[in-house]
Amino acid sequence: MGLDIRTPIGLMFSVFGVILTIYGCLSDRVIYGRSLGININLVWGLALLAFGIIMLLLGMRRGRGKA
Amino acid sequence: MNLTPVDWLLMAIYFAFVLGIGVVLKRYVKNSSDFFLAGRSLPAWICGLAFLSANLGAQEVIGMAASGAKYGIATSHFYWIGAIPAMVFVGVFMMPFYYGSRARSVPEYLRLRFDEKTRGVNAVSFAVMTVFSSGISMYAMAKLIQTMHILDGPFAKLGVSTVWTFHVSILVSALIVLGYILLGGLTSAIYNEVLQFFLIVAGFLPLVFLGLKNVGGWSGLKHQLPTAFTHSWQGMSNAHTNPMGVDAFALVMGLGFVLSFGYWCTDFLVIQRAMAADSMGAARRTPLIAALPKMVFPLLVILPGMIAIALPNSAGTAINPSTGQMQVSNLGGKGLIPAKVDETTGAPILDSSGKPVLDYDLAIPNMLLHYFPTGILGLGLTALLASFMSGMAGNVTAFNTVWTYDIYQSYINPNANDAHYLWMGRVATVFGIALSVVAAYAASRFNNIMDFLQLVFAFVNAPLFATFLLGMFWKRTTGHGAFFGLLSGTAAAAIHQGLTLPQGAAVGIKGGWLGAVHTYPSEMAQNFWTAIWAWSACFVVTIVISLCTRAREEKDLVGLVYSLTEKPSQEQVAWYMRPAVLGAIVIGIALLLNLIFW
Repeated sequence: MGLDIRTPIGLMFSVFGVILTIYGCLSDRVIYGRSLGININLVWGLALLAFGIIMLLLGMRRGRGKA
Repeated sequence: MNLTPVDWLLMAIYFAFVLGIGVVLKRYVKNSSDFFLAGRSLPAWICGLAFLSANLGAQEVIGMAASGAKYGIATSHFYWIGAIPAMVFVGVFMMPFYYGSRARSVPEYLRLRFDEKTRGVNAVSFAVMTVFSSGISMYAMAKLIQTMHILDGPFAKLGVSTVWTFHVSILVSALIVLGYILLGGLTSAIYNEVLQFFLIVAGFLPLVFLGLKNVGGWSGLKHQLPTAFTHSWQGMSNAHTNPMGVDAFALVMGLGFVLSFGYWCTDFLVIQRAMAADSMGAARRTPLIAALPKMVFPLLVILPGMIAIALPNSAGTAINPSTGQMQVSNLGGKGLIPAKVDETTGAPILDSSGKPVLDYDLAIPNMLLHYFPTGILGLGLTALLASFMSGMAGNVTAFNTVWTYDIYQSYINPNANDAHYLWMGRVATVFGIALSVVAAYAASRFNNIMDFLQLVFAFVNAPLFATFLLGMFWKRTTGHGAFFGLLSGTAAAAIHQGLTLPQGAAVGIKGGWLGAVHTYPSEMAQNFWTAIWAWSACFVVTIVISLCTRAREEKDLVGLVYSLTEKPSQEQVAWYMRPAVLGAIVIGIALLLNLIFW
């Protein structure tokens, strides 16, 4: 199959990660009362970004191996 | 409910990716095999995650959390007993016949193994069932969007009345699913299911983390719930001493054997994902790979339900279903689970003993609203919507294949060229989704008709595994045996249901319409026993009629029956990739989980 699914997955989660991380840095801390005081946007944004980058790297590695 | 632009942005990006994958895949769809079988070209891990995700419909996420709130950790029986053994069995023992026979669908396997009439019954009932399941998924999603008032904000801005919420939800979800299946066929559906799998994990993992932290971890949760809620097997020796109202025998035989094997081993919705694999080995590994995340899914979907019911009532900033506003009082509910409210009077609905009836289906939505601030809330809602759409898309792709190959090509137009069947598949996708929309509206108008249909499907499905088991492992089984066995199984299910009643239920759709001679402690127990009777009747009748009818010649059964088929060779794969080894590992972990949560 021509499209490695890891590429769109990696891309989407990287974008999600970046958005949540930036939003986590900019947002008012008041909204984190319900998430027990944890800036869950920042924490989970970074986690998703890491996951996204790993998927992108895996997708690229296979792409190169095949070429 | 107040969503901010960042929530909408995340949702929009997800939908852009869903459709984008379809657009990119479009150029790879050249013939009907690409469209219906993904060209049999996908690696095992992709098929495995899709195998899992196709089943992640409305029932899974919302329903399992609801069940977690109602019954506690015993809900995990639906995974560790009611899925894992069957998934291992289909991978290790049955996949060689599905994949090896080159059948393009499960009904087509029945045609190869038995005869035309057995295939016909299976194909038609399956096609009808998928359309309705997809419609029910669509209905549940639109209903949830309405209950959570997700679209109120944007609608107010646009000056549109909220009475349109339901219609817009149905239409938009139908168009998105239609779009990506039309473009990329099964590959597109499978790729999106993989995407949805990761999204569901990404959306629910932080929810479980925050919830558990809040209640003080697993031990804290144990303190706040009755003992029966945190032990999956205690009290199972007797139906009256556990919250589910079933005994261990009904649980293991009814759920663990008949219902679970009947679903995971014969339902084309999931088998289709394995048939798309690029080799026999990959096809056999598909359900085994799916079983690994399946085992830990209770963590993601059952725990939030248990946390929701364990929280103190004062924690309840639960959503009020009639206004969509968050409010502290939860109308006589428990924890984050509100009481069901009468739509006309606004008063909580009470059961016969005067206690409020809880609306368990709101466990997950309320958990999301309770713990997630804007931002990650958008991610959580997207995950929820994704789970509904993957359930819908799975049904639609199974429907268009069975319709095109097993009904259209078999009975209506057998001699067309491949391009015509590819065209037919696309047409079937359109009318399959159109019929689902009709079913969704039928569900919103006539709740009883839907309950009735689901009951009929349960009768039709219950005996299926007996037919496949005998067909694959006993070469003497004949087409007449299989056909009449199936019919008797369905009849036995209907008769059993008609003669019994769950405790406290009225005669009617719940049973007893032939005169109730036995009362079960719960509806679940009745369902399990209906399945056991249906399976047994089908098993016995199939054997008796097979012995009375002429057997097929052995040379015609090569590749279709266990004893006449060469065992698939395994010399080229590493030991840890072998289905039997993987299967043993999966079973080992499942046993361990049962012991831990005993």
